[in-house]
Amino acid sequence: MSRLSVISTDKVNSTTETLMKEFTQRIIANPPGVCPVDMQLAFLKVCHAQTCGKCVPCRVGLGILEELLESVLDNTATMETLNLIEHAATNIKNSADCAIGFESARMVLAGLEGFKEDYISHVKEHQCTGTFEQPIPCVTLCPANVDIPGYIALAGADRCEDAVRLIRKDNPFPTACALICEHPCEKRCRRNMIDDSINIRGIKHYVMDKANAKEVPVPACAESTGRKVAIIGGGPSGLTAAYFLQLMGHQTTIYEEKAQLGGMLRYGIPNYRFPRERLKEDIDAILSTGVEVKLNAVVGTEELKAINDTYDAIYIAIGAHAEKRLNLEGEDSGNVVSAVDMLREIGDDRYPDFTGKRVIVVGGGNVAMDCARTAIRSNAKTVSIVYRRRKEDMTALPAEVEGAIAEGIELLTLKAPLRIEKDDNGNASALWVQPQIIGQVRGGRPSPRKADKAEERLECDVILMAVGQDIVTEPFEQAGIATKRGKLLADVSGALNRVGMYAGGDCVSGPATVIKAIAAGKVAAANIDEFLGCHHEISVDVEIPEPLLNDKVPCGRVNLGEKESWARKDNFEGIEYTMSDEEAYQEASRCLRCDRHGCGVLRGGRQDKW
Amino acid sequence: MVNLTIDHKNIQVPEGTTILKAAAAAGIEIPTLCFLKDLNEIGACRICCVEIEGKDTLVAACNTAAEEGMVVYTSSLKAHYARRMNLQIILSQHDFRCAACQRNGSCALQKICADMNINDVPFGQSYEKKEWDLSFPLIRDDSKCIKCMRCVQICDKVQSLGIWDIVNTGKRTGVGVSKMRTITEADCALCGQCITHCPTGALRERDDVRKVMDAVNDPDKIVVVQIAPAVRSAWGEGLGLPEKMATEKRMAAAVRALGMDYVFDTNFSADLTIMEEANEFLERMTHREKYQWPMYTSCCPGWVRFLKSQYPDMTEQLSTAKSPQQMFGAVAKTYFAEKVLDTDPSRIFCVSIMPCTAKKAECALPNINDAGADKDVDVVLTTREFDRMLRSELICPANLEEEEFDSPLGTGSGAAVIFGATGGVMEAALRTAYYALKKENPKPDAFKMVRGLDEIKEVTAEIAGIPIRAAVVHGLGNTRKLIERVIAGEAEYDFVEVMACPGGCAGGGGQPITEGREMAGERGSKLYTLDKKNPLRFSHENPSVRALYAQYLEKPLSHRAHELLHTDHSGWDMPSKA
Repeated sequence: MSRLSVISTDKVNSTTETLMKEFTQRIIANPPGVCPVDMQLAFLKVCHAQTCGKCVPCRVGLGILEELLESVLDNTATMETLNLIEHAATNIKNSADCAIGFESARMVLAGLEGFKEDYISHVKEHQCTGTFEQPIPCVTLCPANVDIPGYIALAGADRCEDAVRLIRKDNPFPTACALICEHPCEKRCRRNMIDDSINIRGIKHYVMDKANAKEVPVPACAESTGRKVAIIGGGPSGLTAAYFLQLMGHQTTIYEEKAQLGGMLRYGIPNYRFPRERLKEDIDAILSTGVEVKLNAVVGTEELKAINDTYDAIYIAIGAHAEKRLNLEGEDSGNVVSAVDMLREIGDDRYPDFTGKRVIVVGGGNVAMDCARTAIRSNAKTVSIVYRRRKEDMTALPAEVEGAIAEGIELLTLKAPLRIEKDDNGNASALWVQPQIIGQVRGGRPSPRKADKAEERLECDVILMAVGQDIVTEPFEQAGIATKRGKLLADVSGALNRVGMYAGGDCVSGPATVIKAIAAGKVAAANIDEFLGCHHEISVDVEIPEPLLNDKVPCGRVNLGEKESWARKDNFEGIEYTMSDEEAYQEASRCLRCDRHGCGVLRGGRQDKW
Repeated sequence: MVNLTIDHKNIQVPEGTTILKAAAAAGIEIPTLCFLKDLNEIGACRICCVEIEGKDTLVAACNTAAEEGMVVYTSSLKAHYARRMNLQIILSQHDFRCAACQRNGSCALQKICADMNINDVPFGQSYEKKEWDLSFPLIRDDSKCIKCMRCVQICDKVQSLGIWDIVNTGKRTGVGVSKMRTITEADCALCGQCITHCPTGALRERDDVRKVMDAVNDPDKIVVVQIAPAVRSAWGEGLGLPEKMATEKRMAAAVRALGMDYVFDTNFSADLTIMEEANEFLERMTHREKYQWPMYTSCCPGWVRFLKSQYPDMTEQLSTAKSPQQMFGAVAKTYFAEKVLDTDPSRIFCVSIMPCTAKKAECALPNINDAGADKDVDVVLTTREFDRMLRSELICPANLEEEEFDSPLGTGSGAAVIFGATGGVMEAALRTAYYALKKENPKPDAFKMVRGLDEIKEVTAEIAGIPIRAAVVHGLGNTRKLIERVIAGEAEYDFVEVMACPGGCAGGGGQPITEGREMAGERGSKLYTLDKKNPLRFSHENPSVRALYAQYLEKPLSHRAHELLHTDHSGWDMPSKA
């Protein structure tokens, strides 16, 4: 026997490693709608298998919890069983020696609290509250429920125009979503169980490059109903509602406060991410349904009253366009600009000139990245992003953060802004920050606290504040519309507390994604149609190709390329490349067609109308 | 067109054809279990899996389209092994004590296991058992459910009621009543289509055979049987009786052989229904403004349950005439007892043999009994129960001579026998309405345009200058479509016949089950043949019906007729525990 030996990876270990990695992927692709108690039990069994067996609570206790959960699922439990589960789990959490035990029990307790309703339903009704009503993960997770497997199949069959028509059944912004959607659809893509999620947005980008939105006519509008709907706000949500209401035969009029339509798509997202001419393609298609537009039309309390008297219904989608401030000392200095203001100017093609300037951006979200990358394109000498937490805590999409870094932007993390120093002219000359240490997890996120380090002075010429946006609710509050925490208070149908008034998008949800705003517009259109006493259905006549009979061998995901950073950082041109035909075909073929396999097929695989 | 080979045969089929269909066209039968044509092509059971050359995994033949150049093997080692093992897996969760199952002999799972030479199950066996109200006419037995989803689909797609749904997830995924309801809380029409499309014994009717045989063996009871029109078109199927042998007169002989005292015919009361309903319709027509339109037929209890749960505001639009079953019961326990037998009506035990499961609920409605001697109809048996009863009582119809129905309630016209097919009630009513308005008979087949299996049949019959806009619909999904069109103002009718089951009673949920085939069309044509052969073609010419009016009821819509033959459909609630 040697005194020490080199550990070599044997087959058992390497296979286990591989399986664990695949198991992680499987968890990622957990289908929406499965029974939470059943999943809890499955987790618990994994936890129990990890037990070393030394300590009583973990070795025996977890097994007892398994039996109790099993009895809940087998309809033999009573409400008393639920109490017992709670007591047993609490005891394991309190008395286990290591994380294998106490974390297992904590998860059980979290579930017991988080989906108590489902536990009770199992005990009392002998049924799970989970349903398979919409079993296709990508469609379920898309807020607008776009028929994703459908358009992927069409893209793979080289029928991009049909794909555009299919997308438009649920979403009149196919180009916008092709370029800048946050693609929640990809999150639980079943393909994760084999290799990696489908590049859904990438395929849509390909589709919209092959079949330009302006060349694919929109469907014919229904016969005019003679009803009139006013839409306050010409952003993605308002335009979506207008589009569907026009298709349903109602006459809509958009009141837009700014000089052009598009909302945050124009006044929030810079050109390099979403070129203006591409935005125009979607907007032109929407307007071709006959939407009336009033630009530079500010709607205050009085105007709202007048509109209410003239129209049969109103949809308010004013977005979140007011700047948020940190109320730092010196925030009123010259050269301190809010992100909202700068991006708004750019929206109307007034670009800043930061030649030779040192720019600091405060914030860690997508808007902060947009500001920083805009600054670098406006000839700034240096651009730094100052953020209170760590890079991994940033709310911006990782790709945006990486893109910014590639363009030479510095991340100064764990620095909390303290005050702004002015020069003699009243302009900002430095940002003082307090270094932070990352600390305890609160609300699922590690939160920073003051580090035992001295304040730092960051010299600069321009400070861009990207710390969030607010909603201008006052005129609506004064008109009697209920609000909550600075947001308009609409119910799930989009209805406000005043009859015939609906609201949606950022002004209801707070700053969110474009696809959520689109979904809200779609929901409002359907419910306004019902409110007007109609039952129009939106459908599309596109036949979806049969699934391909390919064996599902693992295959890498095609990612979209970007322009080299040196070629992109001095101009505002679009930076993302599309897929080649070859890439798009391969990527589309990776789709597992959950609409036609698994329980997707049970109800025909799709909702062909709404 | 695409070219492929299946089991070395070259086949050409139109694009989009499934492998299953392509194989069938070449005479190759791929076994299926969950498959239900056009309704459930979901590849859930994986019994129809076939091997495709060059592909690693098997595909379901029922929902995979044939492709150019495809080389398919339906029973390769891999496919055969998968088919057998998947059957064994299904059996591991199926209570296969077949000997004690209502579907013993007509079970699709049992048959396919026999065909596939399954003679053991190498796995343990466990199956679910859930509570069920066994007094409800429709019974679901979880231990026999193979989760094929056919019931979910037929109820959703054909009947538009969505009573069944997938419940729970993961290994506990099963079928149950939708929206967390019990069956008695749900708006089930009791059409029984889920039963006739269930491959196993997971769904069945409540068996009431024993109640009937107890009455037969009770010397104090006079057992009076009525047999619905559609039963005669199907009763032989469940007995393996050749079509030539399965005549209505041999059916009468078989019922008599069971020991029943009087063998009567629902055709008699179908004629009576026409007298009341046609006259009610003409009465409503003359006071048009007093009524909501159209008037709907009321003889199908599945439809009545549907209307009362889905469109309760329209209940008044139902004809108040009772169904033939209930008219028969009311007449048997009054007129027949008093005037013909001169006996105490409570001695009469009234049995009806129906193609229908909803009839079991109809006879139990709280306000349906008007004869004053307990229930007007005591027990309803489905055609399937009738067949089982014959077998268990050792009656072999093939050895029986044909016999006549008894008199007087055994006489029916050709107009009555077609009640069993979609359009029949309307045609019979139009024949008599014509006579009522013109005082002469039309040609018997003058209204045959309402026959056939089209989803919605519309006809405007002009009689004596009065246009009658009639419509005929069958299947509750089609019915919903028709009603929605009426609500939307897209259609206007005066008189609508509705049958809950596709094809009408011929396709009823109580009829014998033939796996993979819809029998309503064939059975319906048998009824039209019987109509043609019957010397009586008009309800108003039925001599027994005339005698009944002359001796007892006076005339259609008389006071006594109203008491006995009409009902208040708003006198009970849906969903109702039957």
